[in-house]
Amino acid sequence: MPDLSPATPAEASSTAPWVELRSLDTLWFQVSGTVCNLACTHCFVSSSPTNHTHEALSLAEIVPYLEEGSALGVKEYYFTGGEPFLNPEMEQILEKTLEYGPATVLTNGLLLNPDRCRKLARMARDCRYSLDFRVSLDGYSAATNDPIRGAGTFERILAGISNLFKAGLNPVITVTEVYDDNGSIEGKTRFFALLAELGIEKPRLKMLPVFRIGAEAERTGAYESWQRLRTSDKPGSWDHLQCSSCRMVTDQGVWVCPILVNEPDGKMGAELADTLNAFAMTHSACWTCHVYGVSCKT
Amino acid sequence: MDRDDEKLTAHRGLATWGEKLVPLGRFHEATAHAGRVLDGADRERERRAFAARRPDSTTVEGPYTRVAVFGGVYNNHCALEALLQAVRDDAVEAVYCLGDLGGFGPSPERVRPLLEQGGVLAIQGNYEESLAAGHDDCNCGYTDPRDNHFAEISYSYTAARTSAEFKRWMGDLPPRRRVWVGNREFLLVHGSPRRVNEFLFASTSPDPFLEVLLDQEGADGLLFTHTGLHWHRRLPSGRDAINAGVIGRPANDGRTSVWYTLIEASGDDVSITLKPLDYDYQKLIIEMRAEELPEEFIETIATGWWTTCLEILPAKERALSRY
Ligand code: SF4
Repeated sequence: MPDLSPATPAEASSTAPWVELRSLDTLWFQVSGTVCNLACTHCFVSSSPTNHTHEALSLAEIVPYLEEGSALGVKEYYFTGGEPFLNPEMEQILEKTLEYGPATVLTNGLLLNPDRCRKLARMARDCRYSLDFRVSLDGYSAATNDPIRGAGTFERILAGISNLFKAGLNPVITVTEVYDDNGSIEGKTRFFALLAELGIEKPRLKMLPVFRIGAEAERTGAYESWQRLRTSDKPGSWDHLQCSSCRMVTDQGVWVCPILVNEPDGKMGAELADTLNAFAMTHSACWTCHVYGVSCKT
Repeated sequence: MDRDDEKLTAHRGLATWGEKLVPLGRFHEATAHAGRVLDGADRERERRAFAARRPDSTTVEGPYTRVAVFGGVYNNHCALEALLQAVRDDAVEAVYCLGDLGGFGPSPERVRPLLEQGGVLAIQGNYEESLAAGHDDCNCGYTDPRDNHFAEISYSYTAARTSAEFKRWMGDLPPRRRVWVGNREFLLVHGSPRRVNEFLFASTSPDPFLEVLLDQEGADGLLFTHTGLHWHRRLPSGRDAINAGVIGRPANDGRTSVWYTLIEASGDDVSITLKPLDYDYQKLIIEMRAEELPEEFIETIATGWWTTCLEILPAKERALSRY
C-alpha cells in the first residue's frame, strides 16, 4: 500500500529559512498538468500518461494569470508539464502569451511534427518577443537515453529536434545529469557532436542536476534526512534561488516554484496576489537548488 | 500489488505527493486548503505594494537639452577617442558612460585619461564593481562554460593591467545617476535598476515589465547597457526604455561600427537617436595582436560578428547572429 504519512516532517518547518519574492520575473504554467506521453524514470514531478495529480490548464484559465502577472511586471513565461503539446489549446495559448511577453516551452519533442514546427516558426518570426523551445534528451545514444526516457524515444526526440531546426527554430537541448559524465567537458562534446550530425550550426545546451523527488527518488533513492536547508545556512541572499523571482500556476492554484507542485504545502494561494509573500524552504529539493545553484529557467 | 503497480510513473489513478502515491482525492483535499486566499481589497494592496515606488536618494543632474550616453568601453580606447570627437560634433552638454570600462580589448590604462579629458560622467558596471572590490571574476552573469572561459581571459588580463589607483577611481563611481533632459527624468543604470548584471534584451523585455520598473523608480526613461545590443522602445505610457549600446565591440550585426545614444529635448518631448560610430578598428586589431589577446576577440572586431557570449542571447537575437 502507498504510504500516507505527510512528506515533510513537522520539525523541518520550524528550522527552514524563508525566501522572499524579490520580483516576479518568471511565471510558469503546468500547462498539461502532470499528464505526459512518456513516463521517464527521473521525472521529479512523476509525470506519466496516468498521472492526473494536476490536469491541463485551458486558455480561458490562463488569461487572467497573464493579466495579473503582466501588471506585476513578469518578464518571461514558461510552459511545462507533463508534455505541453498534449494540451489541445497549446498553440492558441502560446499565441496569446506572446502578446504579453517572451515564452519558452519545455517539451519532450515527440509531438513536434513538421507541420506544427512550421506553424511555431511562423509564430516566432511574427512576434516581437522571443518564442523559445527546450527539448529534453538524456543520453547521446539510444543505449543511454532510452532506459531513462523510454524505448525508442532517442530516435523520436532527434526527429523532433530536427523538425524544429528545419522549420528555422533552434531549441535549447536540455540534459539532466542522470549520468555523471553528461555535464563534463567530454559529455558536452558528445552532445555537441550529435547536434552537429543533425546539421545544427548554433548548438544550445543546458545541463540540469537531478532532483531526488518523484520518480527520481525511486530510481536513485530519496534524499538523506540531513539534506535540508536550515536557518543557519545563511548565504548573503537567496537571490540565486528561483523561488525568489518565480511562481507556478497549475489547475489547482499558484505554487511557489515548478519543482514542488506535488507537495500540497508548495501551494501558496489562488491568485498571484495571494503568493507575493515569503516561503519556508522546508523541502529537500530546496537543498539541491541551493547547493547546485540550479535554476529551471534557461 | 506487485512492484510495477507501485511505480510512481504508473499511477493507476493515484496522485503523487512528494515521494509517495496517495488517492487523488486526498491530494486534492490537501491542496484545496493549502496557501492563503486574500479578499479583494487585500489583493489590491499586495499588488500595489509590489509595484510601488522604491525610495532612491540619487540627486537629479541637469536639466540639459542634449546629452550623449554610451556603455561598454571594454578597453577600446580607439572607439572612445572617436566617440569623444563625435559627441563634440553633436554639440552635447554632457556625456554619460554606463560602465564596463574594461575587458576584451588591449591596455586598460589608456581609457582613463580619455574619460577625464572628455569630462565623461560614468557609473559603475559589473567590471568596475569587481575590479574595485578585487574579486576574481567579472560577475558578467554568463551561464555557459565557454562564455565564462573567455570572460575569464578578458577579466584577468584587465585586472592585471589596471593600476590600483584606477581601480580605486572605479570604486568611487556611483552605481546609478538620474538626469533631466528637457522635462523628462532618466534613470541611468548598468544592467537594470535591480541588478548590475541583469540582461535586458529587446525580445525578452516585455512592455509591462519595463513599465513596472519605471513605476518602481519613478522615472520617465530608463537607460542601460550590459548586453552589448542597442535598442529603444517608446512604451505605451509614453516613457522610454533604451539600451544605449556599447562602443567596445560591434553589435553582432556583421558591421564593424559600434553604437551610442543621443537624447535631445524637443518641446515637451525628447527625441532619442541610436547612432552608429566608425573608428579605427584596424589600429585596435594591431594592438590586440601585440597583446596576444584571443583571435576570437579579434575576429569580432574585424567582422562585426560575436564569437563569444552567445549562450546568453535569447532565441530571437541568436537567430540573427552568425554563430
Ligand atoms: S525547490 Fe528550489 S525553487 Fe522551489 S522553493 Fe525550494 S529552493 Fe525554491
